[in-house]
Amino acid sequence: MKFLVCISQTPDTTARVAFTPDGKAYDSNGVTFIMNPYDEWYALVRACELREALGGTVVALHVGPAANETTLRKALAIGADEAVRIDAEATSSAFTARQIAEYARTEAFDILFLGKETIDYNGAEVGAMVAEHLDLPYIALASKLDLEGNTAVVERDIEGGVEVVEVNLPFVVSAAKGMAEQRIPNMRGIMMARTKPLKVVPAVPVEEHVRVVKFTLPPPKAGVKLVNPEDMDELVRLLHEEAKVL
Amino acid sequence: MVLVYAESPRGQLKKAAFEAVTFGKKLAEQLGQPCAAVVLGTTQSDPGELGRYGVSRVLHVADERFDILDSQAATQALAEVARQVGATTIVMSHTSTGKTLAGRLAVRLNAGLVSGVSGVASVESDGTLVVRKSVFSGKAMAEYAIVSPVKVLSLMGNAIRLEVSGQPVSAEVLTVSAPAPRIRVRAVRTVEGRVPLPEAEIVVSAGRGMKDPSNWGIVEELAEALGATTACSRPVADSHWRPHHEHVGQTGIAIRPNLYIAIGISGAIQHLAGVNNSKVIVVINKDPEAPFFKAADYGVVGDLFEVVPRLTEAIRKFKAAQ
Ligand SMILES: Cc1cc2nc3c(=O)[nH]c(=O)nc-3n(C[C@H](O)[C@H](O)[C@H](O)COP(=O)(O)OP(=O)(O)OC[C@H]3O[C@@H](n4cnc5c(N)ncnc54)[C@H](O)[C@@H]3O)c2cc1C
Repeated sequence: MKFLVCISQTPDTTARVAFTPDGKAYDSNGVTFIMNPYDEWYALVRACELREALGGTVVALHVGPAANETTLRKALAIGADEAVRIDAEATSSAFTARQIAEYARTEAFDILFLGKETIDYNGAEVGAMVAEHLDLPYIALASKLDLEGNTAVVERDIEGGVEVVEVNLPFVVSAAKGMAEQRIPNMRGIMMARTKPLKVVPAVPVEEHVRVVKFTLPPPKAGVKLVNPEDMDELVRLLHEEAKVL
Repeated sequence: MVLVYAESPRGQLKKAAFEAVTFGKKLAEQLGQPCAAVVLGTTQSDPGELGRYGVSRVLHVADERFDILDSQAATQALAEVARQVGATTIVMSHTSTGKTLAGRLAVRLNAGLVSGVSGVASVESDGTLVVRKSVFSGKAMAEYAIVSPVKVLSLMGNAIRLEVSGQPVSAEVLTVSAPAPRIRVRAVRTVEGRVPLPEAEIVVSAGRGMKDPSNWGIVEELAEALGATTACSRPVADSHWRPHHEHVGQTGIAIRPNLYIAIGISGAIQHLAGVNNSKVIVVINKDPEAPFFKAADYGVVGDLFEVVPRLTEAIRKFKAAQ
C-alpha cells in the first residue's frame, strides 16, 4: 500500500496573531511554526498505523520553502518513510491543491490523507480540490478509517453525529479528531529521520482567483461584568434585558 | 445569476440551507442579479418552502441517487445546473456537506473559492466580490477579493440572521446526468433531540472543573432548561468524559452561538480560539484569575456545583413567567 500524507505548517497555537503594517500578510516575526495538528496527530499517525499493519510506504508531502524542512523531518521522525517538498510558498488553497495533485499523479497512491483544515486559515478546501484534480472520491472530516481488503470503511463527522461510509481505493480523505492518537517522536525516530530521503520538486504555476484585501484584529472586549454568585436571577435578567440573548 | 445549493442531508432542509438562501438572495440583490436555489435528492418537506427566504425560483433534482453525499456525483449535478441556469456565483453552507463539495466544485468550474464566509464587504464595479471571513481560529478577520468570473462561496453557520421575506413557490423539477456514486452509506448515528453544535444558538460548555463525568447532570439540566446544546473543552473529550464531537476550540469545532456559557473552563488560548466569535460569553469559574474572564461579557466567580443548579432554577423561573 502506498499512502500520501499532505503536511502543512501553521503558527504555534499560542503564537500572537499580528499582521504586516499594510494588513496584507501574517507577520511571522518571532513566531514558532508547528505541523498542523490535524495533519500530525491524525492523518500522519493513521497512515503510519496502516503501513505498520499492512506494509507499504508513507510519503509525507509539504508545499513550502526550504526553511520548512524541519516540519518534514518531524513527519519522518514520527514514522513517514519518505518526504517530498514542493519548492514554493503555499500562497492559497488552490495553489497548494494543484501542487499536491501534480505530484500525486506521478505515483499510484492508495489513500491520500490531509488534515480536515489548517488552524490558521481554516479553509477546509484543499482536500476536495485535490480529489477533483485527480477525479477521486473524497471523504471529508473522517474520525475513523479501517481497511477491509480494497475497501475502506470510514466514519465521517456530520452535524450532530457520524455517518459510516464505504469507498474503494484509491480515494482522498481529510482527518478529524478520533482517527488516531497523537505520537511523540522518540529518539530512534529522530535519528532515523536524518537519513530518510527528502526530495525537492519544483512547483507548477497556478492562476490565482482569490486575493487578500486585508487582515484585521477584532476589537477588544469591553470588559467582564461580574454577577453575584448568590443572585442568578440577576444574571438571567441581564441576559434577557441587556444582552437580549434569552 | 446566483445559485444557492440548499443542502438537504438525509432528506432534511434545515437552518444551514435557510441561511444560505437568505444570504444568496441578499448577495444577488447587491449584484443586481436573479437568484435561484437548487436542492439535490428527495426531501421530507417541499423544497418550494425555500421561497420563504426570498428566492423566487427553486430547482429540484428529485433523484434518489443524490440522497447520499457522493462528492463526484453532487459536483457533476451542481455544475450542470449552474450551466443550465447560467449561474456564475454559487453559494453553499460551510457544513460537513459544504466542506466536502466546495473545493471540488471550484476546481470543476475554474472558480475562485472562499469558504466559511461570514459576510459580504463590497461588490466592485469590475465584478470583483470582496467577502469577510474569520481566520486564525477566530483570532482575526480577513477580507478576500474573488477576481475570477465564476465564484464559489460557503457560508459559516450562524453568521447571518434568517429572514423570512417571501412566499413558498412551486419547485421546478430538473433532471441531470451524474456518474454512479462511488461512496456507499452503511449507517448513520446521530444524537437525537439536540440541535447540532455548529447550528446551536445557545451552548452550555463544561471543562475539567467538573472533576468527574458523573457530575454532568447539572450541565445537562441547565442545557435542557435553556434548550441549549452541550459542548466541552479538549481535555474532557480526550479523557473520554464526553464524546469527541462536543470538543470545541482550535482543534475542535469552531462555533459562534448567540450565548456561550463556560463552566469550569480556564479559558486557554486554544479553547478561546473556537468560541470567541460567540455573541455573548458567560463564564462560571471559582478562580477569579481564570483567563476566561478576560474574554467574557458576564462572569460569576463561584463554585460551579452551587452556581449551576441555581442558574438552572433561575432560568426555569424566567421561562415559566414568559
Ligand atoms: C496544540 C493545542 C491545541 C489545543 N486545542 C484545544 C481545543 O481545541 N480546545 C480546548 O478546549 N483546548 C485545547 N487545548 C488545550 C488547552 O491548552 C487547555 O489545556 C484546555 O482548554 C484546558 O481545559 P479546561 O479549561 O477544561 O481545564 P483546566 O485548564 O484544568 O481548567 C479547569 C477550570 O475549572 C475551574 N474549576 C475547578 N473547579 C471548579 C469549581 N468547583 N467551580 C468552578 N470552577 C472550577 C478552575 O478554576 C479552572 O479554571 C489545546 C492545546 C494545545 C497545545
